[in-house]
Amino acid sequence: MLAFAIRRLLQSIAVLFVMSALVFVGVYAIGNPVDILINPQADQAEIAAATRALGLDQPLWRQYWSFLAGALAGDLGKSFAANIPAVQLILERMPATLELALGAMVIAVVLGIPLGLWAGLRPDSVSGRVIMAGSILGFSLPTFWVGLMLIMVFSVWLGWLPPTGRGETVKVLGVTVSFLTWDGLQHLFMPALNLALFKLSLLIRLTRAGTREALAQDYVRFARAKGLTMERVVRVHVLKNIMIPVVTVTGLEFGSLIAFAIVTETIFAWPGMGKLLIDSINVLDRPVIVAYLLIIVLLFVLINLIVDLAYTALDPRVRLAGRST
Amino acid sequence: MVTVTAQTPIREFTASFSRDRIAVTAFAVLCLILLAAIGAPLISPQDPYDLAQLDILDSKLAPGAKAGAGFTFWLGSDDQGRDMVSAILYGLRISLGVGALATVIALALGMAIGLISAYAGGWLDSLIMRLVDLQLSFPSILIALVLLAVVGQGVDKIVIALITVQWAYYARTVRGAALVERRKEYVDAARVMAFSTGRIVFRHILPNVLPPLIVVATVQVAHAIALEATLSFLGLGMPITSPSLGLLISNGFAHLLSGRYWISFFPGIALLATIVAINLVGDRLRDVLNPRLGSHYGT
Repeated sequence: MLAFAIRRLLQSIAVLFVMSALVFVGVYAIGNPVDILINPQADQAEIAAATRALGLDQPLWRQYWSFLAGALAGDLGKSFAANIPAVQLILERMPATLELALGAMVIAVVLGIPLGLWAGLRPDSVSGRVIMAGSILGFSLPTFWVGLMLIMVFSVWLGWLPPTGRGETVKVLGVTVSFLTWDGLQHLFMPALNLALFKLSLLIRLTRAGTREALAQDYVRFARAKGLTMERVVRVHVLKNIMIPVVTVTGLEFGSLIAFAIVTETIFAWPGMGKLLIDSINVLDRPVIVAYLLIIVLLFVLINLIVDLAYTALDPRVRLAGRST
Repeated sequence: MVTVTAQTPIREFTASFSRDRIAVTAFAVLCLILLAAIGAPLISPQDPYDLAQLDILDSKLAPGAKAGAGFTFWLGSDDQGRDMVSAILYGLRISLGVGALATVIALALGMAIGLISAYAGGWLDSLIMRLVDLQLSFPSILIALVLLAVVGQGVDKIVIALITVQWAYYARTVRGAALVERRKEYVDAARVMAFSTGRIVFRHILPNVLPPLIVVATVQVAHAIALEATLSFLGLGMPITSPSLGLLISNGFAHLLSGRYWISFFPGIALLATIVAINLVGDRLRDVLNPRLGSHYGT
């Protein structure tokens, strides 16, 4: 287990290095931010001064070297547009994105697992078919368009929910959150639902498939033969066994929720780091783009690592298989 | 039922496919959408990008209103007085065109890389597969966004981004299938006949790895179309001169809060219908082309 953990950790670090080089070369190989940042009437001397001040006159490898040294110290340069450290800018926006992603995950899990279980227990019933058809639709619906339609229905027609922003926030342990105020919760609901839709469909399918598979197993038949009620069989035997894949996928999908939050945040003007990325791309604010990407890569690598380790710890079969090889 | 006398692969495939009513309906819808997209200049009431045909007095009309020029805006008009039916038909052309082009190129590229990987083996194989794993561990939208942030905007750029996102799926599928095929007896037989490696790969193995590849490609076309729409909506996809469905929806976003839903709603429905139809056809194809059933394809 320890050897496995160390090997996975080293792999993760290698991935981080490769990605940082790719991101750096990619983002720095194009365009010249000086053209965008300074007054178009500026003369050659002013342009040269600005280029020097931003460190853009150095050769690429030296820029990467100072970037890498800075990155390890948590310093990825200042945002060209906001003139504050890029990492700080992103970390300020991160709680909003995490709150949105967590909200979406809660909706997906709370609705997805019971619906999937229902559809799995009654695969041929009308309700089971409707749930499955709904999940196919959920896979096919373009997320951004659903977001617009949610605003249309709930904000414009019904006037129930506010279309944009985060609403009233409170600080808990220094972190700004929306979900503890009624106003904030109202603002959170629609974007979280929008973001949850795809994962909800995924969880429904996963739970349904797992349930159907578990129901055909001997231990379920045995439990039924023993005279246990169907309710107890489902709660104790079926649920327990479908939880491993469900927990794994939920964990792995958390990273992609943060990535897809880019779209949802743009629609609902949710002030998270995804919206920041789009704004930064539009003004070619490279330090922010690079910092965002590195933080996202770090998050992904961390999530994958944690899920892998948790999976190994949870499922004895994986552990045993790992030992025998 | 299939008649025993006419047991050709194509006929068997058609018969097997058409046993599912939903898939046949989806296929019909897809054909209609394709025809509408190809024939857009012939069937749309106006050329939505010929400024001479647009009248600003017609702008933002609700569905069913009459245009100054006499025809009816069945799906309303946008802020330029453009007929939404025409805009959607032209938008479909662009969305489908970009999606299909990117898929074809990515398919060819992924197929070549997958075959090389399977046949070369060794360090090259593990390098390629590591790269595939690394790429597939990140969501496609993130990769496409980064790429577009790097190379900038344009039709060619978005095609490149879609290819970059897709190739890994094909490479992995082809490699997996090719590894299975190359162990089979007909490949041994071909080798005994002293055929060249190239001939064995392209004439014998390739046709046999096509069925799983076709299934992946169908699903990926739908993904590509949805991804292009999303990127265009974010303002990083198609340029304003090539208004795909995503751009139309994005354009309608500005008018949504004033209650003019039709500018975003109908292009979204067209997009949804396209994606659902492709996915349903893809689902059926997967069942029909399942390797366990499809012993009649290829050589």
